[in-house]
Formats: sequence, C-alpha cells, structure tokens
Amino acid sequence: MDTLILSRMQFAANISFHILFPTITIALGWVLLFFKIRFNQTGQERWMEAYRFWVKIFALSFAMGVVSGITMSFQFGTNWPGFMETVGNIAGPLLAYEIMTAFFLEAVFLGIMLFGFSRVPNWLHTIATFLVAFGTMMSAFWIIVLNSWMHTPQGFEMIDGVAHATDWSAIIFNPSMPYRFAHMVLASFLTCSFLIAGISAFRWLIGGRTAGVRVAMKTAIVAAALLIPVQILVGDMHGLNTKEYQPAKVAAMEGHWETASGVPLILFAIPDDEARENRFEIGIPKLASFILTHDWDGELKGLNDFVTEDGEILHPRVAPVFWSFRVMVGTGVLMLVVSWAAIGMMMWRKRGVEGLPKPMLYALVGMSFSGWLATLAGWYTTEIGRQPWLVQGVMTTKQAVADVPAPMVLSTLIAYLAVYVALLAAYIFVIFYLARKMSRGEDIGTRVAPSPAAQPRAIPAE
Amino acid sequence: MNYFGDPAVWLPFVFAGLMGLSILIYVVLDGFDLGVGVLFPFADDEEKDRMIASIGPFWDANETWLVLAVGLMLVAFPAAHGEILTALYLPVAIMLIGLILRGVAFEFRAKAPAPQKTLWNNLFFAGSLMTALSQGFMLGMYVMGLDWTWAHAGFGVLTAAFLTVGYSFIGATWVIHKTDEYLQRKAVDWAKGGIWGLVLGIGAISVATPFVSARIFDKWFSWPEAVYLAPLPILSGLLVVWLWVMLRKMPFAGDRLSWLPFAAATALWVMAFGGMAYSFYPYVVPEKLTIYAAASAPESLFIILIGTCIVLPTIIGYTILAYTIFRGKATELRYD
Repeated sequence: MDTLILSRMQFAANISFHILFPTITIALGWVLLFFKIRFNQTGQERWMEAYRFWVKIFALSFAMGVVSGITMSFQFGTNWPGFMETVGNIAGPLLAYEIMTAFFLEAVFLGIMLFGFSRVPNWLHTIATFLVAFGTMMSAFWIIVLNSWMHTPQGFEMIDGVAHATDWSAIIFNPSMPYRFAHMVLASFLTCSFLIAGISAFRWLIGGRTAGVRVAMKTAIVAAALLIPVQILVGDMHGLNTKEYQPAKVAAMEGHWETASGVPLILFAIPDDEARENRFEIGIPKLASFILTHDWDGELKGLNDFVTEDGEILHPRVAPVFWSFRVMVGTGVLMLVVSWAAIGMMMWRKRGVEGLPKPMLYALVGMSFSGWLATLAGWYTTEIGRQPWLVQGVMTTKQAVADVPAPMVLSTLIAYLAVYVALLAAYIFVIFYLARKMSRGEDIGTRVAPSPAAQPRAIPAE
Repeated sequence: MNYFGDPAVWLPFVFAGLMGLSILIYVVLDGFDLGVGVLFPFADDEEKDRMIASIGPFWDANETWLVLAVGLMLVAFPAAHGEILTALYLPVAIMLIGLILRGVAFEFRAKAPAPQKTLWNNLFFAGSLMTALSQGFMLGMYVMGLDWTWAHAGFGVLTAAFLTVGYSFIGATWVIHKTDEYLQRKAVDWAKGGIWGLVLGIGAISVATPFVSARIFDKWFSWPEAVYLAPLPILSGLLVVWLWVMLRKMPFAGDRLSWLPFAAATALWVMAFGGMAYSFYPYVVPEKLTIYAAASAPESLFIILIGTCIVLPTIIGYTILAYTIFRGKATELRYD
C-alpha cells in the first residue's frame, strides 16, 4: 500500500473516531442547558439529578473530542501539507476563527461548568453551561463551513495555483453549507436523544427508577420523535443540493451508471466498480427520477459521464458510497419507527415513560448508539462521495498528500487504531458503568475521589 | 490598509509575534500541568488526587494554546507548517498519542471503577511523559535545523530530557503554590531537583544554537548587540541563583510568597524564549524559510487579524476569570 491510501486510511480513522464525540456534545450541551433552566424555573431536584448524571457523560465525551480533534489539526500538516499550501488562504482563517471563537470558550467555561457549581453564583453556572453549548455549536459551524466549502467551493480565484479569497460571505455561505450544517446539528440531536433514551432505559430496566431518569428519558424520546421527520426532510433537501453541485456523488449513492430518464430507485444491488455495472439489482421503476427531479421521466446523470476521454475516473468508488448511504437511510427509518412507537405507547397508556413495556425499553437500549451508526454512514457517503476531489474541481486528494515514507504512515496508523479501539471500548464501558453505579444509588458526584479511606463502598469486580 | 506601511511586511511580523506569544503561553501553562503529570510517580494516591485537582479546571484551556499556535502557523505560514510537521512526523505522532492518553485519563481515572484507577494514573503519567519528551525532542531538532542525522537526533534526545525536567520544575512550583503541608514540602524538593535540568537545558540550547548557525553566532556575539543582549543571560543567571536560595528556605511561615517560584520559573522561560525568538528571527524554518517568504496572502491574514484583536483580549479575560474562580489551595474537585 502506498502513502496515499495509508494516509487516507489514517485520516478516515481519525475523523471517524473524532466525529463520534462532537456528535454527542454539540446537542448534549444544549440538553444540559435545558435541564439547568428547568431546574432554575421549577426548583425541582429531578432536573438537577439529570444534569449531574449527563454532565459527566458530557465531560467524558468532550475530553475524547478535544484530544482527537488536536490530532486532526496536526495531521493537516503531517499528512496533507498540499491542502494548506493550496487553499490555506481560505481554510486558514476559517480554522483560526474556530479556534479563537469556539475552542477557548468551551475549554475555559467547561472548567466552571464542571467544578464551579459551589464556587460561583447559580446564574454564572447557568451562563457557563450556555457558553459551553454555544462554543460547541460555533465549533461545529466553522468546521462545517470549511467542509462545505470543500464540497461546493466559491468566492475565490486561483493565482499561480494558490486559492485567494475574493468574497468571504460567498465562502462562508457556500451553497451546501446551510443544508450540511442543519443536517449535522440534527444528527447530533438525534444521536444525543437516542443515547439519553437508551441509557435511561437501561437504568430503568436495572431498577434505577428515579425522577431524574424519568425526565431525561421523556425529554429524549420526545426530542427524537419530533426531530427525526425534520431530519428526513432536511436530508432530502441536502440530497437535492448535492445533485445540483456534486452529481457524481448522487449517481454513486443511487448506483446509476448510465445517464438516462425515468430512472428506477435501486433498493438493492452489488455495484461492481471493475465491470462498471450493478449485479443483483432490485429497483422500483422511475422512482429515483421522481424523487430527485419531481418528474417520473426526469433525466439523471450517470457515473459514466464522469470519466474523461483518456480514461481518468472523476467519480468516487461506487460500492462504499452506495452502501453507506443505505445504512444511513435504514438507520434513520429505524429511528423513526422506534421513537414514534415509544411516543405512541406513552400517549396511549397515558402514564409517560412508566407506560413503556419492557420490549420497548430493550429496543431503546439497543438503539443507544444508533446515532453513531447513522452519522458515520452519512459521513462516509458525503466524504467518500467527494473523491477523487479534495476540494471539488480545485484539487484532488492525491495532490495534497505528504511525501512521507509509507512504512512511517503505516506505523502511526496502527498506533492510532490501537489507541482508538481501546479508548472507544473504555468509553462505552464507563458510560454503562456509571449508569449501573448510579442505579445502585451510589454517589458519583466526585470527579476525583477524595481518598481511599473516604471511599468506603468497595466496588465489586465487574 | 497601507497606513502602517507595506502589509506584506508587517503582517507576517505581527503573526510571527502572535504565534510566538501563543507558544510561550503554551509552554508556561501546559508546561506546568504536563510537569505535574511527569511528577506523578513520586506522589502517593492521595497526593495524586490533589495534584490532579490543582490542574483539573485548567488543563483543557492550557492545551488550547498549542492548537492556537499550530493554527496560527497553519494560517499564517502554511508552507512552513507543512515542512516542519512532515519533518517531525514521528515525534508529532508520539506527542499526539501522549496528549490523547493524558487528556482522557483526567476523565477516566475519576469515572472508571476504582480498581482501574491505577491504570489511568499510569496512563496519565505515560501520556504526560510522552508529550514532554517529544516536545523537547522537536525543540532540539528545530534548533538543529530539522535535519535527521545521528548527531542532531542525539541533541534532540538531550533536549527531550531537559525540557521534561524543565516542565517538571515548573509543575513542582505550581504544586508548591496550590497545596500545603506535606505535599507542599515534597514539591519544594521536586523543584530543587528540577532546577538543574532547567539550567542545563537552557544552557545546552544557548550554547548549541550559535554553533549550528554562523548567522545566529554573529547576531549574538557582535558589537554592540552583545552588550544589549547581555542582560538576558545575566538576569537568567541571577534568577536561578535567587530561586535556589529561596527554595532552600521554603515553605515560608503562613504560606507567604508561595506563588513566587512559579512566577520566577515563568520569568526564566520568558527570557529563554525571548533569546530563541531573537536567534531565529526572521526564519520560521531555520535557515530555510523566512516568515516573509512563508506568509499567506495579506487579505487572508488581515481577516484573521481583525478577529484576533477582538478575540484574544476576550480569551485572556476569561482565562483570568477562570484562574480567579479556582484560586487558592486545590481541594477535592466536585461536580456539585
């Protein structure tokens, strides 16, 4: 394997690991603010109980996001120096604004949010919670502006092979940014909702039926049920936007090789990149044309349009895009079914989350990390779908890669993978551990245990 | 835009200054919390908790200064960013894994089941050590001009050891300020041990740098520059002697002046850093690329500068706020 493919694997590994945690924290910050405001309004201890549990998950997720994010910021230089050398005049300011307006805000006020409750007035603690949520959202905004610009670049001119900004508002409000940002923020809220619902259901099942668990679970289920239809709508609009600006990606998502009209919606197929055709194709006639053009006989561009006369392929590999898109949509449909079923049961029995039958609670536990699956699948669809371009129409991924010996990239790739797998396992383990510990009624209010002597409860070996 | 002369001249200078400032703030701030991590094996379990409590609310923001420094290099000097980071590919990877391990250890050691706490304590130490060593190694390689030869790597190993000891020194002075009683006395001993590493480290780099480059040699040892610059080494020397005398008497009754070693350590670092910045200016990649040749387009730098002028004071403001809120001796960290 050469440096290019190893570097791509390494970046894919990094971003896949990284994105898991912002996906939780972007929304969880606002959920915590909601819990805190409800507590301030009502004075009911259950909201604070929910806050205290979920702020721990937030802190853990945040730390994971920060450290993996630092890794990515360095990898622009270590693995992809061509990227900054070509489009640094545009990517640079966007990243700088992310660091200055978001990172410091989050990092400083996180300390106050986590440890300041007894040191600062309540209002300042609430403001700190808000600023952390706001900072996390700002961070998502800037990075998605940059990512969107790479998909739909505008507002610049090329001088001697280097991009120069000509119109910053065109760069920031590039055509795909609003859709991409809305899609990502909603993905975060859904991921967070299913995580809260799943872990709360888990606590409920093992007997931790406190008022705090109840309000958290109800908040999460209601949010999920309300937001998933919105997400499907936004996803569809995002798809139409992609069709306009990145038709090769849509063709790969749909698995269409030939430009044609009245194109079927392919439900199942095994795209064969070598033979340039689908095997075992099952489709619904004309439906793809109708969905994407709102005309049963609308014309859709096929992948064969993105091959130059001398045989250079300017479209992504089809199979990974085709499949990851189906995984994302499938997970989304499952989210819709589960959250609406849960709402339906709650309304029918009129007993709130206490009305949820056991199988439903198990289903929610099973869906705890469904948001991760959908987000990763969606991320692969959009990012692999961009290949071979790094910045659509401006530079290819190949042009950006560093001249580093392949064995060196391989060795760091293995090291990163080992660390990521271990940390991911530890993360999931600790979330369930905290949930179990809390359900046994033990205090997990301390972040740093005072001393072995002051910690009388021996924790049984797990 | 032309009020201050040619923006292609002053903008790179300003950004080099900003980058230097973030690196300096980084090595002081993350220096002390990395140092606390390096000192971990010398503390018992209860002391470890207090040491973590003394840096818990700060470490994340401290580390962000590194991201800002690298971010500024990336935006202001993209070519240098690529060249330096690809040349230092392996130490950067080691540093990143170190930062990952220590960063998550803060959270895991407090949340994982008690029997696993030792594991996370060890990983916190290992991560801090990896980070400090690789940063020191990179410093040495940078001073030597980023060429991979055995001699240069050897010098890198030397600076790796010295910077790590230097971090543990400033970490110890932080612990002196943030704790009391037995742990404070222990930290005074750590500081007495660490100061030698610091002196040797600053000395080694100061001696080596002029001999790597004739240009730097001329900058320091020509008339009248040598006279203007003389206060830098002299002041540093006096400061070290004074620190040594103070540390032998500390801690003072009533915790008087417990902040002093930390302040003195910071002053030492500022001087050492100033000396380095003077040596290398105007180069960003030593002897290869000047800040003027590596700079991004002025219009992009200008966009960032406007934001920086507003945002940087704000950041410094709320950083001070955080340090004020968590002032005083470190106690147990609680979420409520």
